[in-house]
Amino acid sequence: MPLTNITGIARSEGDPRVERKGPSSLSGADRLARALGWFSIGLGVTELVAPGRISRTLGLDDKEGLIRAYGARELASAIPTLSIDKPIGLAARIGGDALDLGTLATALHRDNPKRRNAAIATAVVAGITLLDFVAFAGVKAAHRRDPGSADRDYTDRSGFPRGAHASRGLARQDFDIPPDYRAEGTVADALPALAS
Amino acid sequence: MKALVWHGKEDIRYDTVSDPTIEDPRDAIIKVTSCAICGSDLHLFHNLVPAMMPGDIMGHETMGEVVEVGSGAKGSLKKGDRVVIPFTIQCGDCDQCRRGNFSVCQRTNRKGELGDKAFGHRTAGLFGYTHLTGGYPGGQAEYLRVPFADTTHIKVPDGIDDEKLLFLSDILPTGWQAAVQADIQPGDTVAVWGCGPVGQMTIRSAILLGAEQVIAIDHLPERLSMAAAAGAITIDFDEESVVERLNELTGGLGPHKCIDAVGTESHVSFGQPDTMLDRAKQMLMAETDRPHVLREMIFVCRPAGVISIIGVYLGLVDKIPMGMAMNKGLTFRMAQAHIPRWTGDLLRRIEDGQIDPSFVITHKVDLSKGPEMYATFRDKADGCIKVMLQP
Repeated sequence: MPLTNITGIARSEGDPRVERKGPSSLSGADRLARALGWFSIGLGVTELVAPGRISRTLGLDDKEGLIRAYGARELASAIPTLSIDKPIGLAARIGGDALDLGTLATALHRDNPKRRNAAIATAVVAGITLLDFVAFAGVKAAHRRDPGSADRDYTDRSGFPRGAHASRGLARQDFDIPPDYRAEGTVADALPALAS
Repeated sequence: MKALVWHGKEDIRYDTVSDPTIEDPRDAIIKVTSCAICGSDLHLFHNLVPAMMPGDIMGHETMGEVVEVGSGAKGSLKKGDRVVIPFTIQCGDCDQCRRGNFSVCQRTNRKGELGDKAFGHRTAGLFGYTHLTGGYPGGQAEYLRVPFADTTHIKVPDGIDDEKLLFLSDILPTGWQAAVQADIQPGDTVAVWGCGPVGQMTIRSAILLGAEQVIAIDHLPERLSMAAAAGAITIDFDEESVVERLNELTGGLGPHKCIDAVGTESHVSFGQPDTMLDRAKQMLMAETDRPHVLREMIFVCRPAGVISIIGVYLGLVDKIPMGMAMNKGLTFRMAQAHIPRWTGDLLRRIEDGQIDPSFVITHKVDLSKGPEMYATFRDKADGCIKVMLQP
């Protein structure tokens, strides 16, 4: 949360105010990743707080501890998903989806009276997994450094109209480091002081 | 008017906002002719400083034409003047301004109490750079209100392109100060970490100041090629050990002067494991900065050498080898650049043809393309090193 919200510091009276919002730097994949990050937080907290209820609903009564651990995992993957390193978080989410699907598969056997719930949950997780893949591919594509960048050659951009060689030491003709920026004295500087 | 507005992490928009007006007799309004995205804008883009508000206008590298002047600024500005606006706002009267320490002006941070809490003592107001430094609207816009305008401007002559003058607002004097505060002397070996726009200006400043050997460190080929163009020896840290190579180039003694033009967002890679730990801590809000460069500089710098920090740090850093620094007798100099202290001299050098800062511009686009250019600059896509925007 921005410090400004906590401290209640408002913008100054005469400063320009937004009248109409325009196009954003956020891509669709960025927004999807952000939504998935917040979804992770919501699911993670639920799994940590109410693992018993979830396990009973799915017919996984003996897996309460595992669901709590999955809650911690969800929170851990939410942090990078909501950060600028979204691909790391989304990759972690995809790995987590695989674990979720594997766990739910154990609840799909005929003897489980909550099999229907487990089937619905499996379908939902499969859908979320698809979204995770879409977001992952999207942010990787949107933020990739195109291969051509490394081939850009700026060796003709010296910034020295007189050439790099002729420019070395040019400023020394009329500029000395100001006294308050001197960090080290030379022996020649120090000798008179030592002698006195 | 149109402006690039911060709405949240990675969310910069090209919005319509109300026009600025004169609020104080010392104000002026300028019609922006050119502005730029700075590397330090990316820290705000990434929301690393939790002191932005949705609706804040970005930008602190701006120039333009004066269109309105408050009564208190009429002695030094008039309508039609062509000006570059330094990113630091200075009163010109306080003790720090009189000493030339303009970036720590005591009077221009209008949210000084917040600055006192964040920094111990307030620093100068800055354009478009969080409410810790006044929350002033920035210059990535069609118009900019310049507070303390009588002392916060650099008059520039007609007949020189914006491209050559715009960077007097920040990166040229910032790079110059990085070199000056390193106390570069003829014969020195100077290592510069980071070949972004400030690093490029630092490299050129070091050469103008007579450094015998300038070594540029980065991992992006296009940035290294631009550094090499100025005569720097380059080290690609993805390809070779920075410490080993620097020792090799200095007869095992280390550089005399080490300059950090990276700051808080060191590149994260498996090859630099400390950066992985720093990034994890950043995500957990256990650390604000990734000071890999600082650690490496302290390790490799020659004893009795100088560490000059010009890359922006934001808050708390971990695992800084202070014992190493102390026992080697290193001198540390750092600051946000005191822009007006250097701009008169640097403008003369531009006019004199000693340096042409426009070399760094790789993208020149309309202001409306700003949101996508933030992403391009962040991703270092399309060979992007410096973005210039024109309303």
